[in-house]
Amino acid sequence: MSDTHTSSQGANKLVAEVAMQSLRRHKLIDQFFVIVGLTILFASLLTLALLFTDLVRDGAPRFGWDFFTHFPSRNAERAGILSAWVGTSLVMLVTVCVAMPIGVAAAVYLEEYAPKNWFTAIIEINVTNLAGVPSIIYGLLALGLFVYKLNLGQSIASAGLTLALLILPIVIVASREAIRAVPRNIREAAYALGATRWEVTAHHVVPYSSGGILTGLIIGLSRAIGETAPIITIGALAFIAFLPTSPVTSDFPYVSFTWLSDPFTVMPIQMFNWVSRPDTAFQVNAAAAGAILLAMTLLMNGIAIYVRYRFRKKINW
Amino acid sequence: MASPETYVPQNHLRRLKWRKSRDRVIEFGLLAAGLVAVFVTLSIAMILITESLPFFEKVSIKEFLTDTMWTPMFDQPRYGILPLVAGTLVTTMVALSLAIPCGTIIAIYLSEFASHRTRELIKPMLELLGAVPTVVYGYFALMTITPFLQKFMPNLPGFNMLGPGLVIGIMIIPYIASLSEDAMRAVPKYMREGSYAMGATRFQTATRVVVPGALSGIAAAYILGISRAVGETMVVAVAAGLQPNLTWNPTESAATITAFIVQVSLGDLPHDSIGYQSIFAAGLVLMLITLIFNIGGFLLTRKFREVY
Repeated sequence: MSDTHTSSQGANKLVAEVAMQSLRRHKLIDQFFVIVGLTILFASLLTLALLFTDLVRDGAPRFGWDFFTHFPSRNAERAGILSAWVGTSLVMLVTVCVAMPIGVAAAVYLEEYAPKNWFTAIIEINVTNLAGVPSIIYGLLALGLFVYKLNLGQSIASAGLTLALLILPIVIVASREAIRAVPRNIREAAYALGATRWEVTAHHVVPYSSGGILTGLIIGLSRAIGETAPIITIGALAFIAFLPTSPVTSDFPYVSFTWLSDPFTVMPIQMFNWVSRPDTAFQVNAAAAGAILLAMTLLMNGIAIYVRYRFRKKINW
Repeated sequence: MASPETYVPQNHLRRLKWRKSRDRVIEFGLLAAGLVAVFVTLSIAMILITESLPFFEKVSIKEFLTDTMWTPMFDQPRYGILPLVAGTLVTTMVALSLAIPCGTIIAIYLSEFASHRTRELIKPMLELLGAVPTVVYGYFALMTITPFLQKFMPNLPGFNMLGPGLVIGIMIIPYIASLSEDAMRAVPKYMREGSYAMGATRFQTATRVVVPGALSGIAAAYILGISRAVGETMVVAVAAGLQPNLTWNPTESAATITAFIVQVSLGDLPHDSIGYQSIFAAGLVLMLITLIFNIGGFLLTRKFREVY
């Protein structure tokens, strides 16, 4: 009797010990996983830092005022990014002017107006799918549609429109999220005072969600500014040693739109052109252009994060 | 002269009528903006098909799919898409073999182990990795990663698929990590608590409860990663060489579908040349590959969907 008692006690002890051992092992696995996770995380972030320092180090000899004020040249040391940054600015101007109204309007429609039916579902599925279409396909679309069918040619307008279509899903998705975050009672209060649907939308919903909309737009633009493939596809020239026509003129009416149909180059194309040259002197230019491009994208993303943070903090529904 | 009592409401009514009709016009405009998305999809399909039709009039589908050489710009052109498809698949596989394990581990760490503060701090920083312009990544693959790999593999050529593949992998880590993490966080808290109550550790809970529960969302994240890798252009155009090469060996140089489109676009092609038409045929194949992965992913996510 006492024999069996002690043996069962021993067995219990054994079970407890095995359980403890197993628990200890699993706790160890936990700690091991934390180390693995942190290592991979920091390795990825370190890659970003490495990438940036690499570009800055390689491109250091070119940083200076001249790099911004010179046209590309056969001589690597005198080549600059004047036509590239002017081109990028003008293309981005077209992109904003097209993507912002269409994107916000589509988001407003889907969130505030659209009835729940198959027709709305088709629009929604299209927006989701467009976000997954490779950017070079947009380039082919632009080549076939804008350049040849609509005869816009290899111009700033074609490039701006292409990039606008490319970032449209980003702007729509971000704007929808921002609009959805506006509480229902704000809308109901406005309706109760006799506002029409458009008045509720334009006076209340859109202004209150402007922070989120702005964030989405900046993220979209930071994507557009670095896009290379679709612009190459529409046939942007890489060697442009002149500027587009100035948008501001000295004669009445002081603005001109001929720049829209001018040939152009943009920063990423200029960088691609330099990087694919066998002469290593041009690699320095490529690194310098890349560092500036990367700094611009990181800056835009930083602004987006800041705007999102500010608006989130300011609003207390 | 109308008395103020009747004058005001009538004016008010007229204004209301005007506001109502303005609303209808505006609604129509907003709908038009929403339809732009549908229009873009239809245009993509239409342009890819109509512009590649002349190509398929000259080249049979059989030759296109079975020939093992792609030399449309040569004097004796051959039109077999296989080398380009092989290049695309090899770089994609290299990218995924890096991005899927790393992305998933980061997602599990952020969702199940990290504190709220850490997560809020790390996630935007990680997303910056996905915001780097692809041409910059191309430079990185060519000037940093490949020379680094050459230290261990002295026979690695300057243009190869391994370096760009790894760089594409780094590029898509944030997509996979961020979307998988969203999916894992959508698993209800009581499932975790049930698991902890049974004495499971964090890692056991993560791998046996959270990941299976979030499988459909994780699969969707992988699919998006695959789409990105398949469609990635500039990294391979800069660093993988532009020679079509039917090989499954990532240490060789080769061209992908996207790199070919870039290479042809760099030259000035006449509208009716076969080179111009061939990039639309290549684009069509790229679109179909993306579509196949997405449909597969859709079926997969539907199969694994857990409803809470």
